[in-house]
Amino acid sequence: MAKVLFEGVSKRFGDVAAVDQLDLEIADGELLVLLGPSGCGKTTALRMVAGLEEVSDGSLSIGDDVVNDVDPKDRDVAMVFQSYALYPHMTVARNIEFPLRQQRMDAAERTAKVAEAAGTLGLGELLDRKPGQLSGGQRQRVALARAIVRDPKVFLMDEPLSNLDAKLRVQTRADIVSLQRRLGTTTIYVTHDQVEAMTMGHRIAVMQGGKLQQVAPPEELYERPANTFVAAFLGSPGMNLLEAERVGDKLITPAGEINVPEHLSAVLDGPVTLGIRPEGLHLSTSGLAGTILLVEMLGAETQVHCSLEGGATVVVRQGHDAQRPTLGDPVVVGVDAAALHAFGPDGTRVAGT
Amino acid sequence: MPATEVQATTRPRSHSRKATLKTVLRYAFLTLGAFIVLFPVYMAVVNSLLEPSQIAHQPPPFFPTNPQWHTYPDAWKGGSLGIYLRNSAIQTAIIVAGQLVTSILAAYAFAFLDFPFKRAIFFAFLMTLMIPFEVTVATNLTTVTSLGWFNTFPGLTVPFLATGFGVFLLRQAFLQIPRDLKEAAQLDGYGHMRFLWSVAIPLARPAIAALGVFSFLGAWNQYLWPLLVTGNNNAVRTVQIGLKQLLNTQLDQINVSLAGTIIAIAPLVLLLIVFQKQLVRSLTAGAVK
Amino acid sequence: MRSLAVRRRREWALAYALVIPALVIFAVFTFYPFIQNFKLALYQNPPYPGLPSHFVGLSQVTSTLTSTSFLQSLESTFEFVLLVVPIGLFGGLMLALAAHKKLKGMAIYQVIFSSTVVSSVAVAAVVFGTLMDPVVGLLPWLGLNPHPAILSNPTWALPAVAVIAIWQFLGLSFIIMTAGLQSMPEEVLEAARLDGARAPTMFFRVTIPLLSPTIFFGLVIGTIYAFQSFGQIDILIGPQNAAFTHTNVLLYYVYTALSVQNNPGLAAVLSIVLFVILLSVTLLQFRFLERRVHYASN
Ligand SMILES: Nc1ncnc2c1ncn2[C@@H]1O[C@H](COP(=O)(O)OP(=O)(O)OP(=O)(O)O)[C@@H](O)[C@H]1O
Ligand SMILES: [Mg+2]
Repeated sequence: MAKVLFEGVSKRFGDVAAVDQLDLEIADGELLVLLGPSGCGKTTALRMVAGLEEVSDGSLSIGDDVVNDVDPKDRDVAMVFQSYALYPHMTVARNIEFPLRQQRMDAAERTAKVAEAAGTLGLGELLDRKPGQLSGGQRQRVALARAIVRDPKVFLMDEPLSNLDAKLRVQTRADIVSLQRRLGTTTIYVTHDQVEAMTMGHRIAVMQGGKLQQVAPPEELYERPANTFVAAFLGSPGMNLLEAERVGDKLITPAGEINVPEHLSAVLDGPVTLGIRPEGLHLSTSGLAGTILLVEMLGAETQVHCSLEGGATVVVRQGHDAQRPTLGDPVVVGVDAAALHAFGPDGTRVAGT
Repeated sequence: MPATEVQATTRPRSHSRKATLKTVLRYAFLTLGAFIVLFPVYMAVVNSLLEPSQIAHQPPPFFPTNPQWHTYPDAWKGGSLGIYLRNSAIQTAIIVAGQLVTSILAAYAFAFLDFPFKRAIFFAFLMTLMIPFEVTVATNLTTVTSLGWFNTFPGLTVPFLATGFGVFLLRQAFLQIPRDLKEAAQLDGYGHMRFLWSVAIPLARPAIAALGVFSFLGAWNQYLWPLLVTGNNNAVRTVQIGLKQLLNTQLDQINVSLAGTIIAIAPLVLLLIVFQKQLVRSLTAGAVK
Repeated sequence: MRSLAVRRRREWALAYALVIPALVIFAVFTFYPFIQNFKLALYQNPPYPGLPSHFVGLSQVTSTLTSTSFLQSLESTFEFVLLVVPIGLFGGLMLALAAHKKLKGMAIYQVIFSSTVVSSVAVAAVVFGTLMDPVVGLLPWLGLNPHPAILSNPTWALPAVAVIAIWQFLGLSFIIMTAGLQSMPEEVLEAARLDGARAPTMFFRVTIPLLSPTIFFGLVIGTIYAFQSFGQIDILIGPQNAAFTHTNVLLYYVYTALSVQNNPGLAAVLSIVLFVILLSVTLLQFRFLERRVHYASN
């Protein structure tokens, strides 16, 4: 068991900085989710921890040791690959046992450990099968069993659920979380699925273009996004963003005016990017003017896309009992000013909000 | 087989009769083909069992009425076939083992390791596929002779201990192994050699077996090099050269020569019966597709 | 804790250790003699062994390339190849098509048709030599009794040795074709059948195009095989008669130049010619393979 520490870690492939000056500490026993859009450097960051990718710059530690130059095999980390990486010619039992055979451990002890790991993941019946004879979910569990059997310092998981169907994914998600809480092993979990991130992580680190955007517990990330990228990336759909200018006690936008709310009045000045979640908007009689662009019925709720005067597009979330608007109709969008977020011209959250 | 029967009963009658006719024609063609392929060998067997006087008989006998089984022991003893077969077995075993080892090792380096001049070296290996052994024979004879290897097993085998084809075939097979497996094993503390032994070789077994069979056939059937590099005593002379000699020295005993030929070919027929499917499969997976 | 540089250098060392055994063999027994050929070609050997050879520049090359024996050898080679390859491939294809069906006994037919792949030239030559013998063979019985005897006959000797080569190549040809048929997408054939394609249409419009990479592969392998066959000629016809019977194919010419005439210079020139021909063929094969081979990883 150990913490993992990135200090100014970069990874360059030629001119591309896949990971750029990453500073991040993962506490002992924590499950940290690395979240971000495709190509943002999540896998690269994970593979550097494993030692499968060399660190170009900065220092990477596991526990108290800098591991930049340590061989993967000496790092005592276990990785669950997206493809599972099971050995197709070995039985489930042999697959799980494989990491142990390298350690000087006698056969009886190995068998006991395999049985324990298999039991934990409900694989007892499947020990004699080959991976080719297993379902996707079963293979996934074998991969997990192979990771836990070694009792490593750190688990690394790279989108381990992406090959499963939606239902199995929800189930396995819960299994991984309870397993991790029980074992208390430091875990770095990579995904680009924000639902997975929000439900699994103690904390989430959001990356974009190789750079860390914010690291925080799920609620904080949702409630206090550090910049416009995180704001728009999290949530489905993400936060609406509106360009505005403070004049007196008004926030002026091309589509209308909003009163400056109390929590922002002391900190705002001049141009600002306003952020508001879809649930902070409603169809109303006073507010911002626009037309209805698209109406999406999602069962329990309806998402109304509106094109505001001046060109911005916002999404309004309605309960399913609300009256259904008609496409192309003019509309006025009411703003719950107390729910407004404010971002400066550089996109970062306005200090003190 | 059952599938076609089911079809036959569920289809209209005229259809099924047509299908039956087609099947009969197919078998007729197959049997004709088998006849053409096997006839020369069959006649060799028949002739090997005839008395010398019967062989020249017209029309030629198509069945041995009075089989002369002694021609086989005669061929065995008279032509030193036992020694030739032993020599061929040693020669083939050395070449097959050598080619498998050198090909597996080099193919692993090309598939899983990075090193300076990798591309250049691989290209050089591919070049060897374009240089037939025959065009190198003259100098090789000089080289082998000056090494003192004329008429020895090293002389017979060392030039063949590596094969560009084998390296290429196994590299392809190794490249099919997902990189994740290599990395997973690496995290579990497995070095290259142990990964090679416990994962890469088992997974590439079909390709390795196919290479083994091709090496075997190539080595066993070598003609030009053994002809040049083996001397007149029988120390390392292989069975192919022995057969040529048998034919030259036993002109009056065609039946014995043929018996010797059949003895020489028997081990390979057994090999084929065991590995025919493998041979086809190796080509399905590797070279053709 | 080892530093990265040390680790990388260890990987290099391991890689070289793995590659070197094969590399040394190739260097000594393939590249070195191959390059030597170009030097040998510039030296002429005296007519009597034992005397030193002397430098003649390109004159030996030009004189060889314009000699009647070379031109005839070239002609015999191409005739031989053009007989063996098409017939061998077509025969193999027919047998493979016939045996590619889930019917009883197919496994046995498949082994039979593959079987000639194990026969060596020597075996084939001995077996066929008996059948083609002017006295004890089948030909007199069939009423075919050319004079001179078939294997000493300038017209018939080459077709006769070609028959032997075809028979021998049939097994490999069958295996290649069967492999091609087995990896052919079943659904395409079924779709064509459902579309009402008739047998000849099926064969020429669907089967043959789908099988064309296989046929091409077989063509290249067969050509290389045919260029390299000479054992039948050596055993059944021999160096004295080869030229007279128009069976002195290039590789046999190399062999006789070397071990009968003791003339490495001549052999080297002929080797280079043979290499150039084979190189053209093999390059075709590589262009073809390059397009075909898919890697699962990377
Ligand atoms: N071996 C490599 N060589 C060159 N560039 C690479 C290499 N591996 C990754 N990259 C680049 O680095 C960037 C980050 O890649 P990475 O695989 O870490 O993304 P990711 O966040 O895991 O994306 P995904 O969600 O699609 O898996 C990408 O732009 C990618 O193209
Ligand atoms: Mg990734």
